[in-house]
Amino acid sequence: MRARHRVELDQDRPAPHSLGMTHPAIVVDNLRKSFSGHVAVDDISFTIAAGSTTALLGGNGAGKTTTISMLLGLLLPDAGTIRVLGEDMVRHRYRVLPRLNFSSPYVELPHRLTVAENLTVYGHLYGIPRLKHRIAELAEELDLTDILKRPAGKLSAGQKTRVALAKAMLNHPEILLLDEPTASLDPDTADWVRGFFLDYQRKSGATLLLASHNMAEVERMCDQVLMMKQGRVVDRGSPRQLLDSYGRDDLEQVFLDIARDRRQPTAEAAS
Amino acid sequence: MTGALRRIGAVMLRHLYIMRGSWPRVLEMAYWPAINMTLWGFTSQFFTTHSSWVAQTGGILIGAVILWDVMFRGNLGVALSFLEEMWSRNLGHLSVSPLRPHELMLGMLGMSLVRTTIGVLPAALLAIPLYHYSLFDLGLPLLAFWLNLMVSGWAIGLGVSALVLRFGLGAESMAWVMIFALAPLAGIYYPISTLPEWLQPLAWALPPAHVFEGMRQVMQGNGLDWGLLGSAVGLNVFYVGVAGLVFLYVHHVARRRGLLLNVGE
Repeated sequence: MRARHRVELDQDRPAPHSLGMTHPAIVVDNLRKSFSGHVAVDDISFTIAAGSTTALLGGNGAGKTTTISMLLGLLLPDAGTIRVLGEDMVRHRYRVLPRLNFSSPYVELPHRLTVAENLTVYGHLYGIPRLKHRIAELAEELDLTDILKRPAGKLSAGQKTRVALAKAMLNHPEILLLDEPTASLDPDTADWVRGFFLDYQRKSGATLLLASHNMAEVERMCDQVLMMKQGRVVDRGSPRQLLDSYGRDDLEQVFLDIARDRRQPTAEAAS
Repeated sequence: MTGALRRIGAVMLRHLYIMRGSWPRVLEMAYWPAINMTLWGFTSQFFTTHSSWVAQTGGILIGAVILWDVMFRGNLGVALSFLEEMWSRNLGHLSVSPLRPHELMLGMLGMSLVRTTIGVLPAALLAIPLYHYSLFDLGLPLLAFWLNLMVSGWAIGLGVSALVLRFGLGAESMAWVMIFALAPLAGIYYPISTLPEWLQPLAWALPPAHVFEGMRQVMQGNGLDWGLLGSAVGLNVFYVGVAGLVFLYVHHVARRRGLLLNVGE
């Protein structure tokens, strides 16, 4: 049985929109990062509005994960600035980290700990009040109740994804950074995960930023797409704008046009 | 409870959960110190009848081997806690949580205290019925020796953790290897004067040399040498401070080089 797509905020915790956010959620200016002479992110700038859903789209090595890592403060930029929720992410990341969260199928939770133990540890790290209640709430929402006492390493891919989601939702994040959130999931589970994110975004007003290779997912979920190639943002716009601009029917064709330098935006669309 | 203490507690809780879920792990912690002590206990009994020096100071070898294990386990307690995060690829999650690097470090030190106590205490207790030797007869100086040696172990453990963070899991064997490079200079089983003269200044630059020398003084009935204890404390503060700063610096380097995400088996 699938868990209901029900996301409720604590009564004493207002939704981000009601916090009177005057800042955009994320502002990136002239960000640059290189590794041993190889430029991974090359002078990119973008702004992400609070409450929006944005995708970083690009092929392998385009710089998506490097960009997300810098937004999280896991990686220090060589140049440029990152402001998240109004704070400088390089200098004041610990003011911001309690307000955001992150999920990636490539960063796992400790295998030997049970699901409940993992959530308890991270709940303490994030300082979640009434932690047992919050874990029970998430277990209900994400259909984890029956597996709370199982070691995280003995779960199926779908179960691991739901547990990772529970960890990412523990602190009611105002910003969720998602690195290929539905990679390696079957279509049913992937669809459910997308629904969960959209439901949370709609109800909480949170900002979502995801890196993905799944074009259908991006078309369904995102207000804005940043197309990346060789460390640069080579195009941007809503999925509709990009489709019109390239005269294509789906984002996959737009992606291939950009990846293979096949076609430029039409002059009509560009004007 | 402040946020920092809560987060340090969370780091420890994560490792305590692992211990709770695996009694063989807990048993293994106590196993090697007990075996080591038993082996040296019989050796000591043999020497007691064949060496006037050892006969005068019955239990000196047993005391030395137990206290050496304090330092060894203190080192492993830190390094294994960090390696556990690497093995489970958990460092990425921890690094995007509100946990500060120095809090992670303090959590590892707290776990070292727990692991060392679980590991060494049974060996010390076992020596009482087996060899009629109680390390606890040392009295309060025992606490000072124990703490000093554990802090020495922490300094090495933090250094090993920094190496593993910088160079990856290929350096994990350092957790077991590095401490033994210091063993000949620590004067665990013999006075520092036994060493060649040119090596003695190097030995005196290490805190355990002062501790083991102090331990022998107490066991020979000469009382606690405050000079030796003070030197050990001063050197330990210096080394653990440097090791902590090195760990924090390497953590910063890891953020610059992108090492925090790409870790694991």
